[in-house]
Amino acid sequence: MDWITTVDHKKIAVLYLAAGGLFFGIGGIEAILIRIQLMKPMNDFVSAQVFNELITMHGTTMIFLGVMPIIFAIMNAVVPLQIGARDVAFPFVNALGFWTFLFGGLLLNLSWIMGGAPDAGWTSYTPLSGSEYSGTHGVDFYTIGLQIAGLGTLIGGINFLATIITMRAPGMSYMRMPMFTWTTFITSAIILFAFPAITVGLVLLTFDRILDANFFDVAGGGNPVLWQHIFWIFGHPEVYILILPAFGIISEVIPTFARKRLFGYSSMVFATILIAFLGFMVWAHHMFTTGLGTIANALFSISTMLIAVPTGIKIFNWLFTMWGGRIRFTAANLFAVGFIPTFVMGGVTGVMLASAPADFQFHDTYFVVAHFHYVIVGGLVLGIFSGLHYWWPKMFGRILSESLGKWTFWTFMIGFQLTFFVQHFLGLMGMQRRIVSYLPNQDFDLLNLVSTIGAFLMGVGVIIFLVNIVITTKKPVNAPNDPWEDGRTLEWTIPSPPPEYNFKQTPLVRGIDAYWKEKMAGNTEMTPAEPVGSIHMPSATPLPFVMSVGIFIAGLGLMFSKDDFGNAFMNGLFNNYIVLIIGLVITFGAMMLRSLYDDHGWHIEPEDQDEKGARK
Amino acid sequence: MMKQWQVAKRILPLLAVFSLLLSACGREDLSVMKPQGPVAQGQYDLMKLSIAIMIVVLIIVFAIAAYVLIRFRRRSGQNDIPEQVEGSFKLEVIWTAIPLLLVIVLAVPTVKEIFAQGADLSNDPNAVQVKVTSHQYWWEFTYPQYDVTTAQDLIIPTDKKIAFELKTADVIHSFWVPSLAGKMDTNPDGTLNKFSFSAPNEGVYRGKCAELCGRSHAYMEFKVKAVSPEAFDRWVAEMKAPAVLPEDTQLAEKFKTNCLSCHAVGDQGGPVAPNLTGIGGKESVAGILLNQREGQEEGKPVLDNMKEWLHDPQSVKPGNTMPSPKDLGLTDEEIDGIAEYLANYKLDYE
Repeated sequence: MDWITTVDHKKIAVLYLAAGGLFFGIGGIEAILIRIQLMKPMNDFVSAQVFNELITMHGTTMIFLGVMPIIFAIMNAVVPLQIGARDVAFPFVNALGFWTFLFGGLLLNLSWIMGGAPDAGWTSYTPLSGSEYSGTHGVDFYTIGLQIAGLGTLIGGINFLATIITMRAPGMSYMRMPMFTWTTFITSAIILFAFPAITVGLVLLTFDRILDANFFDVAGGGNPVLWQHIFWIFGHPEVYILILPAFGIISEVIPTFARKRLFGYSSMVFATILIAFLGFMVWAHHMFTTGLGTIANALFSISTMLIAVPTGIKIFNWLFTMWGGRIRFTAANLFAVGFIPTFVMGGVTGVMLASAPADFQFHDTYFVVAHFHYVIVGGLVLGIFSGLHYWWPKMFGRILSESLGKWTFWTFMIGFQLTFFVQHFLGLMGMQRRIVSYLPNQDFDLLNLVSTIGAFLMGVGVIIFLVNIVITTKKPVNAPNDPWEDGRTLEWTIPSPPPEYNFKQTPLVRGIDAYWKEKMAGNTEMTPAEPVGSIHMPSATPLPFVMSVGIFIAGLGLMFSKDDFGNAFMNGLFNNYIVLIIGLVITFGAMMLRSLYDDHGWHIEPEDQDEKGARK
Repeated sequence: MMKQWQVAKRILPLLAVFSLLLSACGREDLSVMKPQGPVAQGQYDLMKLSIAIMIVVLIIVFAIAAYVLIRFRRRSGQNDIPEQVEGSFKLEVIWTAIPLLLVIVLAVPTVKEIFAQGADLSNDPNAVQVKVTSHQYWWEFTYPQYDVTTAQDLIIPTDKKIAFELKTADVIHSFWVPSLAGKMDTNPDGTLNKFSFSAPNEGVYRGKCAELCGRSHAYMEFKVKAVSPEAFDRWVAEMKAPAVLPEDTQLAEKFKTNCLSCHAVGDQGGPVAPNLTGIGGKESVAGILLNQREGQEEGKPVLDNMKEWLHDPQSVKPGNTMPSPKDLGLTDEEIDGIAEYLANYKLDYE
């Protein structure tokens, strides 16, 4: 119950982590099934229909329900601490964001048991995703599930923007913000601008499918290429929504374990902003083969290649952060260090893909599959692993086992390279992506087998990580404030896990890497910026949960509004939009309750402020 | 100028090594790395250039990373605090400028190639015009200059450029012959794509559908068969000859009523489904069941493939729209009879 009503950013972080981890597991199982199917030519492990559902759900789940929520978990756990805040700007909205994400994700995955998962690819190109060619409810689950989950992401992003803009501790100017906070800030800005595009796209597709609109239907005057534009105007920035936080994590972990401040901090900040900016200009490089014409292809080729420049700046800055340092290879740092070459691999193939005539060959082949897995798995997932090992003691008060962490790293890393390196060659040799099977004797057999073996090894790595979590959870809560001893930012100045109110007194920030600066000045803790006083806390409330349940019910009601259940009662309930209306009434009722009932929260008085972690 | 040449000299041997490595990959009729025509060659050259640049980048980054990780690891008892370096304006400018330079080196030939390949040949009288229409899950090829329509095997002459106009009858597919040219989507009306390629050498090249188009996306393959100009002319003439129907009149009647309502042979039948003229001589049955041919280790006799297809089309290509002949009321003997007739229906043009 406590978990359903919580509005504490630290607990919401744990919720995000658990839910994201669950979906990551589901996406991983889907990946393994895909790889088993492709292990040998003309395999019949799954049917063509199930295979299309697997690839669609693998992509959708991993992007929207797996890695993004885990990033949100880390952001929620870390960002308020890094800027010296007591919570996020809107704790209630934060909880709402989590619950809408969870119920959206549940709706999407219900499709597996409620008659047909989405099967038109994670990009759901029309007309294939239209009701004419995708007759089951699969794509409806996709449009409505993602719509609800996307709502959560959007309000989460807005919340982080407000938090970072308004709640920084005294003295923390923008150019003193830790890099992870910076990337969270930029990521949230991208979310703010990119998610409305997918929201609109999903609405249009829902209208086409459920209400017989013609946005993407040529016969009715629509245009299917329009969907591709809308999807990628969101879809390309989405890549940076994913990778920028990973950049942030790496920028925290590497300096800590090299005992050096981040090299070229200001160029890192501007590179991040530049990447975000350029990220919005290059969506059509996913559409070179759609036939946009020579001028468009030329422009999008060049603008895409330009992204290599700020990314290059980042890579070299990380390398030179380590230069002259005292590098400690903890598990967290292994992942961070492993990130660099792997991400560079994904980056250089990205530049290759940007060359439109060459992309005519690369596009929709395993070369592309290899490229974006190098970026998303080799970049983002390694970044997540690094961040989780790094901040686990701060989140839970227990340090993850270092030796198991190293085992995770090596199995996952080797498995990853085995899986995806060979896929570059498969693509060049003529293997297109999203194919359920392939003929023998095309030189695809051996490399596909290698790839499948690698996927299993990655699976082993993830299992070791889970074992690590279980073992660690049984240990006593005894992590010190600054378990890595070289912590540089504010989160390491308070207990692990932090008390409910984070900072008893808001700290005064006197430079970049505030805590490090104090340590170098011989202080053991931060100078407070305010006297000890009563701390205002927001009240716990079940309303965000109730609102999300309402949207969930409304979504199901809309989806099945035209179905024949062979049962007069059910038909009457769904076909007259009654279920939809009930769902909306629940949501708007809860909103009204929230508006009308004035809740001033509560206070923790100085005598009740014990310095221990609030969560046991 | 001098410096540029030095850079080029350093890249050249690398390029040579990697083209050797890359060209060891894959089949000649399928692999992007063994281009068989000028368009694919142009794309491959661009790929080689970009790979060479990227390998240089990788080597530099990996070398710095390896050096840093070995040289600056923390040794036991090393408890001092290293100097906290703020950054270096000079270094940061260098690693902004160098990537920019590399991007320009790649961007110039890229743009050149984009415009070279974007040339519109749809009004060129010297090019063979082909209208490609993709269907779930087969390919239709119409030659407006010759008034000929065929399916699955695209027959082209070696001496001419082939100008394509692509469209789809249902969902978006993508037309791809890796060893001849990159892919191009087939869109519904309104945004039709044009492109061209040529195949100077005689041979059979494997084509694929590259855009997810439904359950049998993986099985939507086709072949491009480049033949001598004389053979091409003979093929056109044979295609326009009157249809050959089964000798057995009863079977011919069955074939007409059941198959020719959708399919066409010669001057008879309909345009809904793949044209069957000369189907026994094609490279495959249904695009995915390879037929035996000389100099090729794989494939089954065309009759076996034809029987497999006709007895259960759904197991070969799930989700295709061909009704099972059994459901149309044909007996096993009749199906075998039609299979035999189709397997023996060959055009003599090679």
